[in-house]
Parts: sequence; structure tokens; C-alpha cells
Amino acid sequence: MSDPDKCMTMAEAVGRFIKPGCHLSIGGFTLNRNPMAAVYEIIRQRIDNLHLYAHSNGQGVDELIGAGCVRAIEIAYGGTGRFAPTCIRFRRAVESGQIHFEDYSNYHMTLRFMAGAMGVPFLPTVSGLGTDIIRKWGFSPEFREAESRLPREKLLVIDNPFRRQDDDPPKVVLLPAINPDVTILHVQKASHRGTVRISGLTFADVEQARAARHLIVSCEELVEEDDLRREPDGNQLPFFQVDAVVLQPYGAYPTACYGCYDYDPEYLNRYRQLAGDDDTFQDYLDEYVYGVENHEQLCRLVGPDRLRQIKAVKPQGYAAGLDRR
Amino acid sequence: MDYTLREMMAVVAAREIRDGEIVFCGTGISMLAAMAAKHISAPRSVIFFETGAIDSRLEEIPLAVADSRVMYHTALNGGLADAFATMQNRFTGSRVVGILGAAQIDPYGNLNSTVIGDYDRPQRRFSGSGGACDVASFVGRTIIFMRQVKGRFVEKLDYLTSPGYLDGRDGRRRAGLRPGGPELVVTDKAVFRFDEKTKRMYLAGYYPGIAMDEILETVDFDLDYNQAVPIPAPTGKELLILREKCDPQGLIR
Repeated sequence: MSDPDKCMTMAEAVGRFIKPGCHLSIGGFTLNRNPMAAVYEIIRQRIDNLHLYAHSNGQGVDELIGAGCVRAIEIAYGGTGRFAPTCIRFRRAVESGQIHFEDYSNYHMTLRFMAGAMGVPFLPTVSGLGTDIIRKWGFSPEFREAESRLPREKLLVIDNPFRRQDDDPPKVVLLPAINPDVTILHVQKASHRGTVRISGLTFADVEQARAARHLIVSCEELVEEDDLRREPDGNQLPFFQVDAVVLQPYGAYPTACYGCYDYDPEYLNRYRQLAGDDDTFQDYLDEYVYGVENHEQLCRLVGPDRLRQIKAVKPQGYAAGLDRR
Repeated sequence: MDYTLREMMAVVAAREIRDGEIVFCGTGISMLAAMAAKHISAPRSVIFFETGAIDSRLEEIPLAVADSRVMYHTALNGGLADAFATMQNRFTGSRVVGILGAAQIDPYGNLNSTVIGDYDRPQRRFSGSGGACDVASFVGRTIIFMRQVKGRFVEKLDYLTSPGYLDGRDGRRRAGLRPGGPELVVTDKAVFRFDEKTKRMYLAGYYPGIAMDEILETVDFDLDYNQAVPIPAPTGKELLILREKCDPQGLIR
């Protein structure tokens, strides 16, 4: 039995699966393998009221928030490494009360995706006992009550039911599962059927993918299913988990894609400058996002010289010697 | 040899890392310290990132823990789930030294990297925990980097993101956490440690050319400074390692 070809354009994939009010998670981490082509397409299609689940998804989350697509976010870390120790539009949105937000830790969020992926209602950890992550809740009781898809509790602390010995943990924190409507990943390789191969760190991509009702995968390279099956140990996700495959070279740009290209320091530095002010941020969106029709055009706008500078070299997998000031 | 205060901080922290330890490191100066330790005092230490990279060959300094530079020539490229499990694991977690930073610290080494002001409507929002709360909850000991400026060393945090000794003494045990907690706070002026019994912070040392008042006026809580000793400046060899081996592009210092 053969599966349908899942290949489509980014505009089709976003239009088909991502609706206003959608619960969304994106793959990658801070400045690596964010599905930026998808993020920019969501912004262009002006899809709003998104509920985002994020561990440390720096650049993509910041641009979605800045463009007004996000109503609420559950997040562990809003930062883009040295380029923005605190994500700029995220910071502004929180300080001005524009979004609902709730804080967790990275492991908390990972466990929540994992619980969603496993089909259990929660997973336990000892992380966070005694902290304000346990005590202070960001979403108001009214907001939680009105959002029927959210658990009533941010998390719960219970006695360890299996405790016997003194050095067994006396308490555990229970983290509720997440099941996003859609997860979007950008990866190095996928087949037209949807089998996925990620090189380098997988972050929490696999848990996020498995937790979601729908999965969009964009890839640097579309390869034959047989090519991926020759060395199946390197594959992360089976084809039946994927709903849409988008061939999207430089799909993580301006964030990095290990083995393919580095992050673009010039773009990220410029973004930091422009994002600091509402007017200049609007100029940024007008030029780099709304001003282009698709990601290929953004790549043409930054130009082949810049893309050449960030091209990854072997064996390092990044642009060795790149000027990153 | 002239040096910057950030170089001093990196060297002071690097000297504390023991050979064979698993070093959890974050971004910025903590990476510089971990890289320096490998060249100075702890050649068999392992640098380990929350993103899942273990024992990376760091030919260039990463600008984030997800930088592709951490993925090169590792023992293993995993993900967040394995990285945090390694630290929560009772056998491996106690071998990890975590290096953290924060916006605020209190007398018991608890950290705030979330907000200044009210949580709901803060004056200043920071990145949030990331993996910091997890590391601080799990591992055997931590080293903390702070800037020595007014408003950072406070009696009460605006938000407790990452646990130190909580309310002191056996606070961690009472909360259900494992032993562990901060061993050392490294700033741009001084070094602090924690009393063995009370777990309260005291001034352990100060840098060359720094007057005691410069330190005390930035600390908003009662601080024992009677045990403070001068900390030696970085040696020429240490500085060469930082500049030539760790960060030749000068991205961090």
C-alpha cells in the first residue's frame, strides 16, 4: 500500500493545517533549526490567536510574538543566545501585558511533550521543588477555566507514592501533557512520504512531533525513501507521523541548520536593532516578511554572498571562521 | 599582563573545576570557563550541554547552547530529554558541576532569571529558567556567575527561578530536593562561598585593585566579610589559554 505524496508548498501546508487559535509548537532551539520559513509564512498569512508551547525556541517564537500572531505562550526560555539574551519582542509583549504567559523549565516542557507523545496525562520530576515556578502561575484561573483544552492546574506536587528509603525523593512534581494541534519541524532530510532524518542535536523535536495531532516537516533536501532506509538507524520519525513535507532549502534561515549552514550573525544583529522599537520592527516586517512572497524571495533579498558566507564546512558542520561579532 | 574582569571571572571559575567532572555549561562566560578548565586544570573534564551535546570538540566558542559548534565531534548528540535525565539520574547527576548565571541572587544562593517586579506585569522580563531550574534542582554542585552591581544581591528575590539552599540549613532536604546547591559565586569584583552549616553566603575573596566598599555597597543583605582573602590575578599562561585557545575572536571577553 503506498502513501500519498505529502509534498506541498509552505503556503499550502500553513494554510491547510494552521488555523487562528491553533495550539502550536515549533522545533529547534534558540538559534538553531527553527522552522523559520514556516514562521514567516504564518506571519504573512496573518494567522493570529496562536497558543504556543515552547521550551527554548528563540528566534521563531520572538518573530511570531512580534508580528502579533500569539495570544498565549507556555515557555521555559525566551532568548537567542548572545544575539538576544532575552528575546526582544517577547520581553516587550510580557512587559506591556500583550500576551498571556506561563513559565516552566526546559525539562518540564520536554516532559510535557513526552507525556503527550506517550499518551499519558502527566510525567513526574523533582525539578523545581521549592521554587516560584511551582508557586506562581501566569495564566489566571479565569483564563484556564475558559480554555477547555488547558488543564486546570499548571502543575501539581504530590508525595512520592513509592517512597521507602530515606534517600528516595519524598515529593514529585507532576507536569501535565501537551498535545499541540500542529508541530512544525525543519530538518536536513525527508522523503516525499515523510520519513525524517535529523543530523546533529534533535533537541525536543521528536517528542514535540509525536505529541502533535498534525506534523509539518520542512527539509533542506528531499530524498528517496529508499535512501533513508539504507541506513534506518539515522532516522528519527516514521512517515505515518507526518502530514506535510515541504522542500525548503534554507528553511531555518536566519537560524542555523547543522551540516548545511550557520546562523547569520548579520541578520540576527540587524533584527536585534530593529526589534527594539515598535516602528522599526514594523519596517523590518514590511521589508523582510510581508515584502517577500515566500522564503526563496527572502533568500534572494539577503543575497547569495551572505548565504555563501554562512555555508557549513566539513567536517565541522558550521561555517568555520565566520565573522560572528 | 593586562586582563579584563570577564577574563578574571572565567579563570577564577575554571580553577574550581575538578579533573574528570562533568561540566554543565550555559552560554557566554560559563562556556569560556568550562573551555579554559579543560586547558588549565581539568583536562579530563567533560563539557555537557542541556541541548544534549556531550563532550563537544569546541574549536570555536559557541554563542548559544544550541550553536552547531557544540555538535561537532561529540561523544553523543542527543536531545533535551537525555541531557536532563543524565542530571536527574542519581548516579550521574552527582558528578555534574553546573555553571549558572542570573539577574538576582539572595543570601542562600537562590537565583532569579525570570522577572524584576511583579511576575504578572514585570518592570523587566528576562529569559526565564531555560534549563537553570532543572540543573539547580538536580546536580551535585553549582558555580554561579553574577555581575556585582546594585540590585543584584538582594535579601528577597522578585522570583525564585532556580533553587540554591532555599531558606538555608537543610532547606533543600525539606523541600524534597537532593543535596547540592551553589558552592561558589563569581562576580566581576569578588568571590563568595556559603557557610557549611547555615548555608548563608559570605565574602570569600576579592580581586586585585578592588576596594572592600565597592563590593559591600552592592550587597543588600548582611554579609560576613571577615574571611575574605585576595584572589590572585590570572597568570600569563591562563590568559594566553583564554585568548588563543578558547576565544581567539574575542566574542566573549
